[in-house]
Amino acid sequence: MSDSWVAFRFGYGLPLPDGAPVQVPALMAALRGPDLAAQAHPAGGMAALLPLMAAMRDTRLALKQAPKDKAANKAERRAVKAGKAMAVAGLRAALARALDSPDGLRERLVAFWADHFTTVARGRAYFALPGTLIEDAIRPHLTAPFAQMLVAVTLHPAMLLYLDQAGSMGPTSKRGSARGKGLNENLARELLELHTLGVGAGYGQADVRAMAELLTGLTFVQEKGFAFDAARAEPGAETVLGVTYDGTGVAPVQAALRDLARHPATARHLATKLAVHFAADVPDAGLVDALAAVWGAAGGDLGAVVQALLEHPAGRGPAQKARQPFEFMVAALRALGVSGAQVVGMKEDVFARMIAAPLAEMGQPYLAAPGPDGWPEEVDAWINPQRLAARITWAMEVPGRLAVPLPDPRAFAARALGDRAEERLVWAAARAESRREGVGLVLASPGFNRR
Amino acid sequence: MERRFFLKGLGLAGCSVAAHPWLSTVTLAQGGRALGENRLVVIILRGAMDGLDVVQPRGDRDFAGLRPGLSVPPGLPLDGFFALHPALGDLMPLWAAGELGFAHATSTPYRDKRSHFDGQDLLEAGTGMDVAAGAVRDGWLNRMLQAVPGLEAETAYAIGRDAVPLLAGAAPVRNWAPDQRLVLSAQGRLLLDHVYHDDDLFRETAAEAFALAGGEGMGAGDAGLSDADELVDFAVERLAGAARIAAFSQTGWDTHKGQATALNKPLRRLGATLLRLRAGLGPAVWGRTTVLAMTEFGRTARENGNGGTDHGTGGAMLLAGGAVRGGRVFGQWPGLAEAALYDRRDLMPTRDVRAFAAHVMRGLYGFDRGLLEGAVFPGLQMGDDPGVLR
Repeated sequence: MSDSWVAFRFGYGLPLPDGAPVQVPALMAALRGPDLAAQAHPAGGMAALLPLMAAMRDTRLALKQAPKDKAANKAERRAVKAGKAMAVAGLRAALARALDSPDGLRERLVAFWADHFTTVARGRAYFALPGTLIEDAIRPHLTAPFAQMLVAVTLHPAMLLYLDQAGSMGPTSKRGSARGKGLNENLARELLELHTLGVGAGYGQADVRAMAELLTGLTFVQEKGFAFDAARAEPGAETVLGVTYDGTGVAPVQAALRDLARHPATARHLATKLAVHFAADVPDAGLVDALAAVWGAAGGDLGAVVQALLEHPAGRGPAQKARQPFEFMVAALRALGVSGAQVVGMKEDVFARMIAAPLAEMGQPYLAAPGPDGWPEEVDAWINPQRLAARITWAMEVPGRLAVPLPDPRAFAARALGDRAEERLVWAAARAESRREGVGLVLASPGFNRR
Repeated sequence: MERRFFLKGLGLAGCSVAAHPWLSTVTLAQGGRALGENRLVVIILRGAMDGLDVVQPRGDRDFAGLRPGLSVPPGLPLDGFFALHPALGDLMPLWAAGELGFAHATSTPYRDKRSHFDGQDLLEAGTGMDVAAGAVRDGWLNRMLQAVPGLEAETAYAIGRDAVPLLAGAAPVRNWAPDQRLVLSAQGRLLLDHVYHDDDLFRETAAEAFALAGGEGMGAGDAGLSDADELVDFAVERLAGAARIAAFSQTGWDTHKGQATALNKPLRRLGATLLRLRAGLGPAVWGRTTVLAMTEFGRTARENGNGGTDHGTGGAMLLAGGAVRGGRVFGQWPGLAEAALYDRRDLMPTRDVRAFAAHVMRGLYGFDRGLLEGAVFPGLQMGDDPGVLR
């Protein structure tokens, strides 16, 4: 495989540093090895967020008691600010990890799974919550059986809160019947429709409801995060897709999730999603079949599936996808020579103005997808007038403030695009009236924005 | 944008317009354009506008007691019973001309949880509480457009930086934020055209973006305008041309504290928006325009301890435009006696806000009732025509 092929299709752009893996065995070895990026640029999980959430709750309650008290106001604002700061630090860490990673594969997979298991902060007390799911439930399981990731995600407070599971009660459970509160099917439905089997797979409303009853008991408590509350768990066995799950505690939930993870419909759904994300909006049928077959044979082992994706020739077709804004941003910063440490150390207002806000203008505010189905994949969802204008504007205005001095546009075209630099671009970059516009042309070019 | 999700959601909810039996009965206005000449503008007021303070029921004997610190000074008399918040005072000529009206004691079917997010999701999805959250992923205004054959993307615009889920879905719509700058030197523009020459998508998308941005140099020259003005001017330009539908949102309505001052700013912005729209469109186009300004829910009937109000249920919708039969407050007034309140705390909704919107869509574009009650607003009973249009 060539540098540019790895960097565009499976990574975060050129240049690759010396010694970066480009062949499949080396890529897989690095992926199966320790998570060096998380060590270099740590970000907090639920354990780090819990005390911040407790502080937000306590200061909010104190403020309710004394709405006019200045100290109480200040304390409440400070607590919310700490939560927000953790969320921003999460974005910085995500960018820094992608920038510093030699080949980018691990970070691309993290982004894929974070999108597959989308959660979004609902309200200011939860700004940092979606990021904790990535740290706790996604990163550790990139080459593990899918069941492990699925269990970790489904039991994570970020998911339980985002899809309303934390408030769901079995209708005849102790607390449900006492309070007259009922079942919330949101997580159960998305679990089947989005996370595992896929819409159109052979399940019905009865399966959704049984899954929802099976999930009752999973909840969130401020003190420790995830909790199983037997008092809200629907008593009795539940039958999902013809399999009956009985027992107490989380064991039957885990059993059902393990079965869902290995289900043929899940294999096909995820094989299609991976192929759509990494290869083409309308992927090669052979690629999807191959990935689904490996999924089935390897019991959903994600390492095996990723290896098959890397090895399959259909995965190496022409660049038909658009780089999503987060990918565009990382690839641009990487080409400009901005390091992870620089992003982490950037002044707050500079970071907001030059990176965080532009991501939103390009259509992809960090961890704030429009719904539980995540970001769109189609090229025209990202390359439309408003979003392309935002990319062009960023490409023309921001690089000059991040990379001083700006490189020669001709050299920059080679650095950012390698063997993908089109003749038209090289011609135009050489004729720009300033380095600023020349570099901007490179970053705005189709070759840089497609992968 | 983001089309595939909506199709997926529709498939599950079983309310896809494309396969809808009522589709063939949709009557479309004659003339070159699929939607005829009538314009519909929907403004989503994010944060829950306090309908009781905007259209004050001064004739209700319980009103003053519930809100001793609010609605001071009192609003401008509308019809002997209701009064208009003074910050919308500039709209009184529209009221007098019959171009401004309100629907009161109305709400979406959303109840009890009073969450902005969920409330706005439901308002824009156009569904009821019987449809599970997330099961329908497109917006009701897009579903209306899905029923229009041969629709051009230029027909509908979602304007502004905030997403407008109301217009998201399978039907083609345009998104644009008028404050999106796109400034290149003349040479830069030529070179960019050169770079994009062989890539159809980039070439055409960029050409459109430059056209929308108003050509070279745009952006800097408009620096003096407020965001709202820029947005309205953009809407005016589109609606005077090929566009028939526009949607955008305005924020600032979540007045938990110091409402007596906090409500002034969003109301003045809304009032200025309507006046600018009216002036920009001119009498002919304004005469065929209907503006609906709707919010996720109303606010508590009682003032809270901070001189504000909290999340409630029933509220008000604003209707404006030359196509509106204004000068009146629509809806059935439930009263504010404690027993008449929803949950003993909120204004009782007496009519689904979707019914007003559905009747407006029917009146403007001739859509079939079955389509509106089945696909656009699944499960809605439109009921009698409230007669909000001329």
